[in-house]
Amino acid sequence: MVVVNNFPFITVVILISLGIYTLIFKKNLLKIAIGIILMGNGVNLFLVSLGYRHESIAPIYTNAPEETSMVMPTAQALTLTNIVIGLATTALILSLAVAIYKHYGTLDTDKARRLRG
Amino acid sequence: MKKTFFAVALILLFAFLMTIAIQMRLFGEPVASQMDDYFIENVQAETGVNNVVTGILFDYRGFDTLGEATVLFTAVVGVTVVFKGALK
Amino acid sequence: MKQMSRVVRTISSLTFGYIVIFGFYVIIYGHVTPGGGFQGGVVVASAFALLLVVYGHNKTEEFLNTNLLSFAESTGLILFIALAFMGLGVSFFYNFLTNSGGLFGHTPVSGVNPGDVYTGGLIPLMELAVGLEVLSAMGVIILVISGGAASIKKKKEKS
Repeated sequence: MVVVNNFPFITVVILISLGIYTLIFKKNLLKIAIGIILMGNGVNLFLVSLGYRHESIAPIYTNAPEETSMVMPTAQALTLTNIVIGLATTALILSLAVAIYKHYGTLDTDKARRLRG
Repeated sequence: MKKTFFAVALILLFAFLMTIAIQMRLFGEPVASQMDDYFIENVQAETGVNNVVTGILFDYRGFDTLGEATVLFTAVVGVTVVFKGALK
Repeated sequence: MKQMSRVVRTISSLTFGYIVIFGFYVIIYGHVTPGGGFQGGVVVASAFALLLVVYGHNKTEEFLNTNLLSFAESTGLILFIALAFMGLGVSFFYNFLTNSGGLFGHTPVSGVNPGDVYTGGLIPLMELAVGLEVLSAMGVIILVISGGAASIKKKKEKS
């Protein structure tokens, strides 16, 4: 049953599709920000689940059980960096949303369209 | 009119990605890589830590950590400029 | 605006210290157990966010100085770069303190062992620098954004 075995990859596809749906069809600026965060979390899950080996433990030598293999650790290091970059993107998009509310008085993207000096 | 076009495009993209996810390599059997086996074998002798992920992040690939610290610093500079830069 | 109730204020003031100490434990034991610089910094920043939610923006601004946090963030990044430059005799980012007799210089037993925190060489010092930078960066971000939102609310209540 390959559909049951590849379950993390199916979850990644569902997360990314939900994020793209929120980007296209929603009008509130905070909901668009949530869509961007959802897509970032889906990509992080995909990176971590690429390095899994069957019946292995976490790659740490402290008090580890004897004679077991370890998971591949490079993907986890890359995901740590990616999470911090996602945090930087979230901070900048939320501060721009607050500045748009201060300038236009609304958070609706249909009404905040014209450049005003 | 525009909404139906976007809905059809989204459903096509979802079907395409789902086809890829079903027929990928099985979860739990990655491609055998020599770099990760070298990291797991030699981290305690060359680096001296017990945590393989910390040894990779700070010793074998420390340059990526330097770039990430710079990205975080730039984000704080950007947030401060938006809120306090226009006050004169 | 009404304050939060007395039970909420008392309990959050008591647990603030424990969360900060747990965050520093995750930072300094980063090379023995799971964790490290980035994870521990975010745990300490969540303690700052707890104070911001319970007490409002004005009282938290008196307790956590934004200028001091910004200075600590710059100090953390400069310390990280200076530690990277110190091994320049061999290469950039060279770990010259590992497996020697100096600071953090014990050799770990090969294979499975109960962890020793005094190993690792230059890595715990670099983790302290990165942890300091991450906690003050997140503190500055949440204080500045909530300050901007509070000033919009004050202007709307005045007009």
